[in-house]
Amino acid sequence: MSHHIIQADNLKYTYPDGRQALNGVTFKILHGESVGIVGANGAGKSTLLMHLVGVLFPDEGEVRIGEVPVIKKTLPVIRQSVGMVFQDPDDQLFMTTVYDDVAFGPRNYKLPEEEVDKRVKSSLETVGILHLMDRPPYKLSGGEKRAAAIATVLAMNPDILVMDEPSSALDPKSRRRLITLLQRFAHTKIIATHDLDMVLELCERTIILKDGKVITDGPTVEILANEELMEKCGLEMPLGLQNCPVCGAKKAT
Amino acid sequence: MSNMIASLYNIRLLDELAEKTTIIHNLHPLVKVLTTCLYLIITVSFNKYELSGLLPLFFYPVIVMALADIPVVPLLKRMIVVSPFIIGIGLFNPLFDHDPVVILPWMQISGGWISFFSILTKGVLTILAALLLIATTGMTRIAAALGMMRIPKVFILQLILTYRYISVLIEEVGRTVRAYSLRSRGEKGIRFSDWGSLTGQLLIRTLERAQRVYYSMCCRGFTGEYNAGSEKRIRTGDILYFAGWSLYFVVVRYFNIPATIGSLITGVGR
Ligand SMILES: Nc1ncnc2c1ncn2[C@@H]1O[C@H](COP(=O)(O)OP(=O)(O)OP(=O)(O)O)[C@@H](O)[C@H]1O
Ligand SMILES: [Mg+2]
Repeated sequence: MSHHIIQADNLKYTYPDGRQALNGVTFKILHGESVGIVGANGAGKSTLLMHLVGVLFPDEGEVRIGEVPVIKKTLPVIRQSVGMVFQDPDDQLFMTTVYDDVAFGPRNYKLPEEEVDKRVKSSLETVGILHLMDRPPYKLSGGEKRAAAIATVLAMNPDILVMDEPSSALDPKSRRRLITLLQRFAHTKIIATHDLDMVLELCERTIILKDGKVITDGPTVEILANEELMEKCGLEMPLGLQNCPVCGAKKAT
Repeated sequence: MSNMIASLYNIRLLDELAEKTTIIHNLHPLVKVLTTCLYLIITVSFNKYELSGLLPLFFYPVIVMALADIPVVPLLKRMIVVSPFIIGIGLFNPLFDHDPVVILPWMQISGGWISFFSILTKGVLTILAALLLIATTGMTRIAAALGMMRIPKVFILQLILTYRYISVLIEEVGRTVRAYSLRSRGEKGIRFSDWGSLTGQLLIRTLERAQRVYYSMCCRGFTGEYNAGSEKRIRTGDILYFAGWSLYFVVVRYFNIPATIGSLITGVGR
């Protein structure tokens, strides 16, 4: 479906306090692509993602999902096809039980209750926290909250998955499970993260942001292996591409 | 200080209690909302010198509390938080209203004190009823019930979001206070000079957080209508519950039961 193309055209955004967070961002993401968005703290990653789901609107430029521009009027359509995992899971969990929280989205679309139940259980299963179903979300650990937040989005069956630092606060096993899960998710994925090793595994394409601008956009392996470029953007090569720190063996290429 | 944070975190207690599954919890939310409304109306409709007539109304919260297995102490603690307001409202009555009222043939007190205690009792009863409604139903189901009563969506939305905002606010207070106390070398409380910046910070942070919560609700298709999932049907038990309490409230309103019993006893004794 041409539906899932995401196009950002010269996006500019200035926060109300005068801080210019996006300064002309342009890219086009095709259906089924999986793109990592990396950059130092404050580079504008979160701000960019907020534009993709219509939480923020650009001062200049435009975002299009398929043929549909992201504007106030099209939000119901946009939000049905784009699911976003926020940087802070506390922002995403507001109900009294994990179950209700995950069911919140499907219920808003007036699905029959059996369907809601099925979706909730399968998304909780996928992120591996089905046993926490009846717990209040604010009593979970950071990683469990993260998993619950991801489940809330999966339950919406989005065509495009937008995630802001999904692997932060996850233990190695949960992180691995998340990566496997995302690998299975065949739709378009956009992942802003500092976990470059995850980008290396998950995303064939990487966009580097710096000071609200796209510095490079291209194949992940090339970009992340470019030591000079990475240094310039305040980043570091992923461990997977560095020489072995213990035995000094050369990296695999 | 950690004590304070712990008790702040308890704000969600009512939500947790609402997830129980006792007889009262299983009643249809609409019935509970209606019963509570009627109770509130009846309670405040007593005139300000009728103190004894109010007493039988204590039955309702006591019975609901017992049946719904709601712990008494946390609920009373929440009452204490609001009691200064009630006392503040009633405080001037004893000062201005000196008309003597005969309670018993050998005892008189001023009308001001009677009305003060009547305001206090009404306050306690109404707040208790409201807290019990939340603790046995949960805010989201109350909202759904209000929707069934055709209350405009704007008001319901206002209610849910305000309720959410309170817990967001209190959690932020908890975090800020903890961060402050960890860096203030064991001082008790918060230094006066820091109050301004702390409260300003809090306001901004909670507003931003509330806004992000709202965004994430919108991202999941929230359009102002809250959908609580499986709608229960009203059963005979629900109707009986409402009818039973309504009858009781009306009887209490029109017959002063303690006075009647009292006069019966004194009549017999004479
Ligand atoms: N609510 C806000 N008001 C004003 N300025 C903001 C706001 N949020 C972010 N900024 C500023 O906008 C810039 C981009 O922030 P953004 O959150 O997009 O960064 P980020 O790339 O997600 O960083 P991180 O990796 O730390 O999450 C930063 O310089 C930040 O200071
Ligand atoms: Mg960010």
